[in-house]
This record gives sequence, C-alpha cells and structure tokens, in this order.
Amino acid sequence: MFENLSYLALQQYWWAIIALLGGILVFMLFVQGGQTLLYTLGKTDTEVKMLVNSLGRKWDLTFTSLVVFGGAAFASFPLFYATSFGGAYWVWMIILFAFILQAVSYEYRTKANNWLGTKTYDTFLFINGLIATVFLGTAVATFFTGSLFSVNAMHHSFWQSPYRGLELALNFGRYATYVNLSLGLAVFFLARILASLYFMNNIDDETLNERARKQVLKNAIPFLVFFLFFLINILVMKGFNYNPVTKVVNLEAFKYLHNLLAMPVVLILLLLGVVMVLWGIYRAVFVTEKCGKKAIWFAGAGTILTVFSLLLTAGYNHTAFYPSIFDLQSSLTIQNASSSKYTLIAMSYVSLLIPFVVAYIWYAWSQMNKTPITKKEMEEDSHAY
Amino acid sequence: MLMEHFNLALVDWSRAQFALTALYHWLFVPLTLGTSFILAIMETIYVKTGKDIWKRITKFWMTLFAINFAIGVATGIILEFEFGTNWSNYSWFVGDIFGAPLAIEGIMAFFMESTFFAVMFFGWNKVSKGFHLTSTWLVAIGSNLSALWILVANAWMQNPVGMHFNPETARNEMVNFWAILFSSTAVNKFLHTISSAYVMSAIFVLGVSAWYLLKKRNQALAKRSMIVASTFGLIMSVFMVITGDESAREVYKVQPMKFASMEGLYYGQSNAPLVAIGVFDRTPSPDNPKTKEWAAKIEIPNLLSYMATMNPHTFIPGIHDLVHGNDAHGIISYYDRIKMGKLAIAALKEFQLAKKAANDSAASTALKTFETNYKYFGYGYYNDPHKLIPDVPLVFYSFHTMVGLGMLFVLIFLLTLIYGVRGKLPKKRWMLYIALWAIPFAYLAQETGWMVAEFGRQPWVVQDYMPTLSAVSNINQTSVMITFFLFGVVFTVLLIAEIKIMLKQIKQLKDGGQK
Repeated sequence: MFENLSYLALQQYWWAIIALLGGILVFMLFVQGGQTLLYTLGKTDTEVKMLVNSLGRKWDLTFTSLVVFGGAAFASFPLFYATSFGGAYWVWMIILFAFILQAVSYEYRTKANNWLGTKTYDTFLFINGLIATVFLGTAVATFFTGSLFSVNAMHHSFWQSPYRGLELALNFGRYATYVNLSLGLAVFFLARILASLYFMNNIDDETLNERARKQVLKNAIPFLVFFLFFLINILVMKGFNYNPVTKVVNLEAFKYLHNLLAMPVVLILLLLGVVMVLWGIYRAVFVTEKCGKKAIWFAGAGTILTVFSLLLTAGYNHTAFYPSIFDLQSSLTIQNASSSKYTLIAMSYVSLLIPFVVAYIWYAWSQMNKTPITKKEMEEDSHAY
Repeated sequence: MLMEHFNLALVDWSRAQFALTALYHWLFVPLTLGTSFILAIMETIYVKTGKDIWKRITKFWMTLFAINFAIGVATGIILEFEFGTNWSNYSWFVGDIFGAPLAIEGIMAFFMESTFFAVMFFGWNKVSKGFHLTSTWLVAIGSNLSALWILVANAWMQNPVGMHFNPETARNEMVNFWAILFSSTAVNKFLHTISSAYVMSAIFVLGVSAWYLLKKRNQALAKRSMIVASTFGLIMSVFMVITGDESAREVYKVQPMKFASMEGLYYGQSNAPLVAIGVFDRTPSPDNPKTKEWAAKIEIPNLLSYMATMNPHTFIPGIHDLVHGNDAHGIISYYDRIKMGKLAIAALKEFQLAKKAANDSAASTALKTFETNYKYFGYGYYNDPHKLIPDVPLVFYSFHTMVGLGMLFVLIFLLTLIYGVRGKLPKKRWMLYIALWAIPFAYLAQETGWMVAEFGRQPWVVQDYMPTLSAVSNINQTSVMITFFLFGVVFTVLLIAEIKIMLKQIKQLKDGGQK
C-alpha cells in the first residue's frame, strides 16, 4: 500500500509521525512538570511519596517517548538527526544528562543504603523537570527561528557557533532568543499545569487535590503569557520558504501565517488544541470536582493537537523545518533531509504498529488506574518508591 | 581526505566516550535480558502451584531486577543519541539503513517494556493474576526484542548487506530490509548475545542464592532459585557455546582480519592449530618484522582450521597474508585495496563535479570507475596498510578470556544442577563459594565478548566502507573530553549507589523461608 505513495507523500507522512510523537512527548512532559512540584504540593513525607509514586508509574513512558522520537527522527530524517545532534552538541548533552539523573532517581530515592540520600535524588528529579521542559521547548522553537550551521556537498554538517547550540537560548542580543525562550518557558509552565491535572485524576487525597487545583491557576497565567508571545511572534515574523521546483530557500514575510491559511485543517487543529487546553484548565479551576478529575484528558489531548499542528506548520507547505540562518541554502527540508524512498516505505509498514502500541498502553493503564493512589497503598506496597 | 587530515585525538576521545557508555550500559543489560525470563518462569510456577513461597521468590528477584533496570535505562539513552552527537557523519553516510532498526526498537520493544514493567512492578494488587503474569512475560519479550533490533544494527556494521551507495546523495541506502534483518551475522550475533546474557543472569541468581546458603539464611528461596537458575543456565550455556562456535565461522567469513587477531595468527597456514593459551612477546611491526610474536603458547593441532571451516586442512590466512596478499589463496593485499579505495574516492568527487557541470558523459565514466572500486572505498582513506590492523593482543586476550569463562560456566551449571536436584547443595560449601565468585567473572566474560567484537573490527565502523575516523562529528575535541569525564563521573557514582542498594537488599531479606 505504501509503495503507491509518491516520495513526497511518504516524506509528509513521516513528518506527520514526527509531529505526532513530538506532541505526545510534550504531553508526557507532565511527569517532568510534576517533578518540579513535589515539594510545592507535598508538605509531608507521605504526600511527597504519593506524588512521586503517581509519577513513578509513568516516567518510563515519557523517557521512551523521547527515545522513540530520537529513533524515528534518525530513521526518517537522518540529516536532521546528524545536523542537530552533532551540531547543537551541548544542548542535547545537557538534556541527556538530565535524563540520566531521572532514570535512577525514582527507583533509588527511598531504598536503604542509597548513598546519596533521598533529598539528592529528589533534587535530580527537580533538575530533570526543569531542564527537560525548558530545553526541549526552546529547541522546538528553533524549527521556526533557525540555527547556525552549514551542510556541504557530502552532507557533512558544520555548526557555526562555538557555543554548540547554547547560543540559541543565551544570545540575548538576538530577538529570536526571546522567542525561543518563551516557548521553553511556556512548555515548563504547561507541564506543571498538566502535572497538577494528572495528580487530580490519579491521586485520591483531598488536600493534594485542592493544592493541585490552585497550582493550575498559578501556572496558567505565565503559560498563557509566554505561549501567546511565542505564537504571535511566529505568525508575524519572516519564515523559511523553499521553491518546490528549484529547492532554493528564501525568507518570506508572514510565512507561518500563510501556511496556516493555506492549510485550514492545520489551522483548525491548532485552534481546537489551544481551546481544549484552556477548557481543561477552566474545568479544573472553576467547575465541580468531578470535572476536575477529567480535565487532564482535555488539556492533554489539546497539548498533543497544538504541538502536532505547530510542527506541521513548520514542515509542510514547502517550508524548511530546520532552517539555517548562517546559510539559508543549507536549511533542512522534509525533502532534502529524509531517508530514501525504500526506507520510508519499510518504516511506514512499521508505523502501522503504533495504533496497536497505543491500544495496549491504554488497556494496561485502564487496568492499573481503576483504583487511584491512596495513603493506604503507600504504606502497604513494598515496591513503592 | 586522507587519514592525516583527521583530528585523531578527537576520534580517540569520541571512541573512548562511546566505549565508556557501551561498557557501562552492558554491565546492566544482560541481567535485564535474562532475569526477566527467570522472573517469568518463577511467576509461572507461582501461578501454577499457588504456593506463596514462589510469589516471595519472584518479588525478591523483581526488586533486584528493578534496581538494575533503572541504571540500564540511564546508560542506554546516551547510546541512542550518541550516534548523532558524536558520530554525525556516520549518521548521514549509513543513517538510511542504521536508523531504521533503532526506530523499530523504540516502537516495537521499548513501549512494551516500559508499559508492562509498571504493571509487573505495581500491579500485584491491582490487576488479575493472569494479566500480571502476562505482563511479566511481556517485559521479558519486550526487553529481548529491543536486544534483537540493536544487535541487528550492530551486525550490519560488521557485515554491511542489503544496501546500495547512491552517489547523488553521497550515502548508502537500504535496498533490502529482510537481508539486513536475516543476515547470518545478525542471526548469530543475536542468538549468541542473548544466550550469553541468560547465562550471566543465571550466574547472578545462582551466586546470590549460594551466599544465602553459605549464611544459612533464606534457604527455601535460595534452593528453589538455584534449581531454576541451574536448569535455565545449563540449557542456555550449551546454546551459547553452539552459537559462539557458529559466530566464529561467521567472523572468519566476513571479517578475516578480526578472526586472525582473535587467534593471534600472523602467518597463515593449512592445518592451522588453535592457541588454547598463549602469552604475547612482542608483536611484529613494519619496523621490526622479524620479532617473535609469542613468549609462550599451548596449541591444539588443526583445530583452528576446523573451527573456521569444519575442515582441519583448510588454509587460514594470517595478518601478514591479508596485508601483503596471497596469490596462491586468492587474497587481495591491503596495498591493492588501498589503491582501489583511492580510485573510488576520487571517482566520487569527479562524479559530483561532472554532475554540477552537467557533463553527463564524464559523470557516467566516473560512476563506472566508482562502482568497480566501491567495494574497498574505506581503504582509500589510508596510505599505510598496517593502520588497518586492530590491537591484536587486546583482541586475543579478550577472546580467550570470554571463551575460557564460557566453558567454565557450563561446568558450574551442570554441577549445581546435579547437587541441587539431589538436595546436597547446602553441604557442598566449595561449590557454593565457586557459584558466588563466578558472579564477577560472568560480568568479565560479558565485557570481553564485546571487546572482541568492537576492538576486533577496528579501524572499521562499517566493515570495509567507512573507517571510524571518518565517522565522527565535526566538533571540537575539548567538548568531547568534557562530556567523557562527566559521563565517567556520573556513571561511576550511580554504579556505586546501585551496588550499595543491591547489596543492602540482598542482606536485609528475611522472608525467604528456611525449608
């Protein structure tokens, strides 16, 4: 079936999968958001333990989403993988270090003789929560604002800043830095909102639920400020267009706005996504407690839709999804950065497994979530973190 | 570009970093691969018999499994991204082929592993017995599936098949997915690696249980665990020996230089003997060709020829034959391969220039030259064929350590199973001590196995096509040095924490029963 698709259609299909994985990953960053709220929401050891264990059953899925995002990017757009990871070396290394710290912390934090002490592991969780959200958000913003690299005829890429990607967040003399950081911070506050909504759904404890509800409102305000700043900026700024025939890249005013108008379905998905996030927040803060429990589903699905449609805007409609501001013609597009047609076809068959994967995750978790986390369970379960 | 044009210190630091992460990662992975099945077997016994002791046994090993699993995950994520961060030229040159198994690993295996890990670990009182047992089995299947895909990827680097070089994009592209998945190298590598991982896990369970018997604690748990581990270990160790033997023939076929290095065979011969034990004196070099290579060795006549080809009389080429060629046996010298490699590299450049100038006839002539010589493309980066020889003593000692220990483990499982079934284990204290002390050696065998595979194939990152030095990212050496030391410190700290936690969990177990 995939054999009949054109090369371009396959490239678009794979960009959609990358965009979807990106959306799922940002949604799953609620785990990271929660890790920054452990001591804000939890005032006693048992409360912290409940929060940690509630997140501790999901953290591995977020981690896996990141790994799969990397693997899928490698398989479908290897030049992006090579250019971005090998170029923005320090950005990715810092993100990776944050994830190393997370991977052991849940399991080791309360184990006897754990050498570093519970507080250290909890600090690791906080560091991971802060860095993963801010850095990943900032990195995604560069799909719109561009980076400093060049690619030669042999497709070897050369990063053109000695700061190896850190300049994208720290070069305060460049306006785009603020746009990048605003998305990083928006993702950080969004992750904390999603975490609070998740706790309201997953933990059966009135005190914690009430505190989580307050956190939703507290984080909603900075989230909206940063997200709107980012959104307005990308809609009015120049974007990276390429000519579908000559493949020459040029700057086009209001490029991303044009993309949304040219692809009304993407525009609708984006608006729907944003409205669903807001609706989730509204339900949690202002409507009944029962509504609060379900708010995570609206905000979560809204997050996936928003990120999905933003990434489509960055890559579809002959737009360079990983633009270079050092050398416009080195910019990566879904056409020049992709795998061969054969590989995309082979991988497309593999992608048919994704609905099956989603189904078993859904089933396993519906079994596990029948009973929410309670104080009693924390005292009885010998495996609890 | 010639070898001299590369920043070799950058290559070395990048290699060191990859080796560090890979060797650390592999301290934890085998235990995950094997213990997951041991847990599944134990829980199956619990569900079948309904005896509470088996539930406690399963839960105890599950605790150790999780402690080990966490740090395995921590070290694993680095490997996935390191191909991009430190080997970005590699990622383009072969990414079209190599990326796919990594992505499939994630989609097919990692989600399965992580979803059902949570059910297995926290679901004891939340889901039905049947669903819990299924989850435990799925964790085992998921983790072993992930091993399948990453080993397929590694095997492809050792024996690149199912691909075609596209001069327009200057990269290798996949043309046959099934050839990659079912290449004999991939099949052997997968089977040998997982069976050795099962052996290592069985030794771990055996050793920890032996310690309980020595201390006369938790004897009910220990005795039962030892029976499961010995049975599983014995079957798997025999399987490991068979697949290891098969792997040797595979290496001989596709990587003759690695094979010669594994055996320290400098000069080829018919009826080649196998060096059972040997100590190097000084290895011959271009400046010192007459140096004697062995200080001492014990040989088994004809065995090497037999091992490589199932025929005791076959001529096995040595390092010297490969470098200088051997007309009688149809071996093309490395000198000639270097010449052909240089032709291929030059032709590729001509092709690109001709394409740019829209000169089709020049392009097609260049392409023809390129295609004739592409087989030895990677050799063209070198002038001196001696740079194409791996570190022979390192490969030799690693190989012999691995094989020697592997044989020993078969014997250990056999004895513990016999004594275990007869109920004599608690009295055979010497046996218990051997089982306990086998644990560090099982880890050693695992690491040396990978050292054979990875040092033995140097200087190739993709056999014959891409030397390691041309695979690195264009990055400054200081950055890699800093991350190398950061990884070294972080992994070491976490490893110490892991060991301390693990030992404490073992020491504090009280409900393992005595009967």
